[in-house]
Amino acid sequence: MAMDKVEIHKHDIVIVGAGGAGLRAALAASKEVNTAVVSEVLPTRSHTVSAQGGVAATLSNVEPDDWLWHMYDTVKGSDYLGDQDAIEFLCRMAPEIIIELEHMGMPFSRLENGKIYQRRFGGHTKEFGKEAVCRSCAAADRTGHAMVHTLYEQCLKNGVTFYNEFFALQILTNEGHVVGVLAWDIVNGGFHLFHTKATLFATGGYTRIYRTTTNAHINTGDGLALTMRAGFPVEDLEFVQFHPTGIYGVGNLISEAVRGEGGYLVNKDGERFMKRYAPTVWDLASRDVVSRAMAEEIRHGRGCGPKGDYILLKVDHLDPELIHERLPGIWELAYVFAHVDCTKEPIPVVPTAHYSMGGIPTNLHGEVVLGSMDSPESPVPGFYAAGECACASVHGANRLGTNSLLDILVFGKVGGEKAVEFCQSLPEHVPLPENAGKEGIDEVKRLVDSTGDEKMDAIWEELRDTMEANCGVFRTEETLSKQKKILENLCERFKRVRLDDKGKVFNLDLIETLELGHMLEFSKAIVEGALARTESRGAHYRDDFPERDDKNWLKHTLAYLNEDGRIRLDYKPVRLKPLTVPTFEPKERVY
Amino acid sequence: MAEKVTFKVFRFNPEKDKKPYYQDFEVEIRKPGMMVLDGLNQIRWEMDGTLAFRRSCREGVCGSDGLNINGVNMLSCITHISDLKPPIVIQPLPSLPVVKDLVVDLTDFMNKFFLVKPYLITYSPPPDKERLQTPEERKKLDGLYECILCACCSTSCPSYWADPEYLGPSALLNSARFILDSRDEGADERFEIINDRHGVWRCHTILNCIEACPKLLNPTEAIGELKKILIKKKF
Repeated sequence: MAMDKVEIHKHDIVIVGAGGAGLRAALAASKEVNTAVVSEVLPTRSHTVSAQGGVAATLSNVEPDDWLWHMYDTVKGSDYLGDQDAIEFLCRMAPEIIIELEHMGMPFSRLENGKIYQRRFGGHTKEFGKEAVCRSCAAADRTGHAMVHTLYEQCLKNGVTFYNEFFALQILTNEGHVVGVLAWDIVNGGFHLFHTKATLFATGGYTRIYRTTTNAHINTGDGLALTMRAGFPVEDLEFVQFHPTGIYGVGNLISEAVRGEGGYLVNKDGERFMKRYAPTVWDLASRDVVSRAMAEEIRHGRGCGPKGDYILLKVDHLDPELIHERLPGIWELAYVFAHVDCTKEPIPVVPTAHYSMGGIPTNLHGEVVLGSMDSPESPVPGFYAAGECACASVHGANRLGTNSLLDILVFGKVGGEKAVEFCQSLPEHVPLPENAGKEGIDEVKRLVDSTGDEKMDAIWEELRDTMEANCGVFRTEETLSKQKKILENLCERFKRVRLDDKGKVFNLDLIETLELGHMLEFSKAIVEGALARTESRGAHYRDDFPERDDKNWLKHTLAYLNEDGRIRLDYKPVRLKPLTVPTFEPKERVY
Repeated sequence: MAEKVTFKVFRFNPEKDKKPYYQDFEVEIRKPGMMVLDGLNQIRWEMDGTLAFRRSCREGVCGSDGLNINGVNMLSCITHISDLKPPIVIQPLPSLPVVKDLVVDLTDFMNKFFLVKPYLITYSPPPDKERLQTPEERKKLDGLYECILCACCSTSCPSYWADPEYLGPSALLNSARFILDSRDEGADERFEIINDRHGVWRCHTILNCIEACPKLLNPTEAIGELKKILIKKKF
């Protein structure tokens, strides 16, 4: 096929990704400068739509709350790896950003007094860990759906330009600037080059590399791979969140809101085992703690079912009316995917790969930054990132539920505004490099013309199974070293991958194969980072190093991709100093 | 040996085919609870990588994978294979232009969504805090705000097929979502658009949309509400 034609588009800002972060950034930017959004899917198909339980903000609608408590919870939740300046910024901005969203039309559930409904959620407490607090602002259990629709509606109202069903292939750099992005038009086929003053990545997460996952098919971490290929690092990828309650057998998310509303976990003896692991808040401990507790129960033969390989989530003691009112989506999911009427029976659940704490390193302005142990962080001109693909780092080693929807709103908005400032300070676009986009174009041509003997799905199957077995909730040097070798082998096999579909129009074979190439690339960074980190912190648990080691490991991992395809690790300090308040010093983490 | 189910799939590749055709695939049932989407993925990954369809969340909330399955519009990701009578005939959503295989062009559908001004319209300045809304007022949005824009309803509607200008059940349901929102001040501008022979009055209560909606919403009822308001306004 003739594929040499490249259409060039010039915008001030291009945002890649149209979930909550991308749309919020687009709203902020499009009012000021010429902005376009490039998205693999129609915006409402983005994975934000699957978020259920709520978005954190200390509105104090139900009971007194304080942003400083929220900050403490988030720092503690991060197992002290979170950057405290960014966390302070996030928590202080939360109430304002939620009110703004309400003014945009977000259909929040309501309290009797007409204010936004708030519920309890894991890890969120009052008075520095005393007891659970109602902080999660919710639209029933469809908060993400309501949010992404509201933001998309506002974008339509404000005339934002969308390039829907475009797949990003390569970041373009010149003179030290990011100057745009190359993309493939999925529907018609063909290359499009977006020449920009600023590019903002909001490309989402990646847990499709695991067998059991809450994530959508599109969550393949493409933005991370493109960032690494452009020579930039990715940060803290070894921290992958396993959500405690995925539906057994399929992995779909059952929101923590279920436990926030009074649901709880039991083992095969009917015991509420969480009281042994988290004596104060029980089932509302943070996700890493609950997932590990569940995995421990299963390991020690206290799992449920014929194979003893799941845990039961009970909600059948709650008023059915409350379930239908507050958790209608959960009822539906449990019914469709587990054949369970949760008003009558418990739901079988297992920990399921859910969220990437790590990502493209940024500061609290959404600017992508470079740095190391010896050199302070400095922004990459023209490059911004927000949402799950970014690492500000507000989640550190473990994210609290409801902080991701907050993250996408805050850093989407701030990143968009900062990109606008940068555009306005730059009189002209930095020119495109010579042969701009050549690597991305060659990659597509190579795949389409390939005559190898490997099939994409066989490689992907093995990736999913082995990442789950060797780089899951529990890890050891042995499993990680094994996985490193497996990845080397899979990368070799990937070089011989052959497509069935050689066409241009809606070539899903091409897209999935490109995605697989991306996943193999950053999976190496996850495994290498995990192998090097000889401690246990947050979601990264090493059976052979079960303690947190602040002396050696209170630092962020940076993973670079070398020319030869190997990973080079570097590190940078945690930003322990908040903006205005004293540092929360690392201490033992008990819930 | 594992049980197999025949999928009879609509195929059309505009780069090769003069006209569409159906192709049979034998999908292996490997675990209980397999969805139609699992079957389509099995075909794509193991039998024929050229098959094109849309999918994302695989749990019925993103609205990517509305398809016509055994004659009824539904989402492939939340439809159990075991609930369907084989052979399972899978076609793109009716009445929209086909891009390739099961992928349709949603441009017209989304344009109609945009036409009804599907966003909160307010003229009075917002308060410092949230706009207040009682639980009862908020309840009026239940059954409306959950729409996932999958197009199952509109493309099941004979009036939508017959009248290219008809806004269709999805767009009208979405206009109701805002008209009935106690915070909204744009009802009149929306009524100007939907109080039209190609708007609410084109709905002849055929009721296909109710059966088609995978979220169990009731567009006909929503359109009925709008008609009632319009009639009340007139008299």
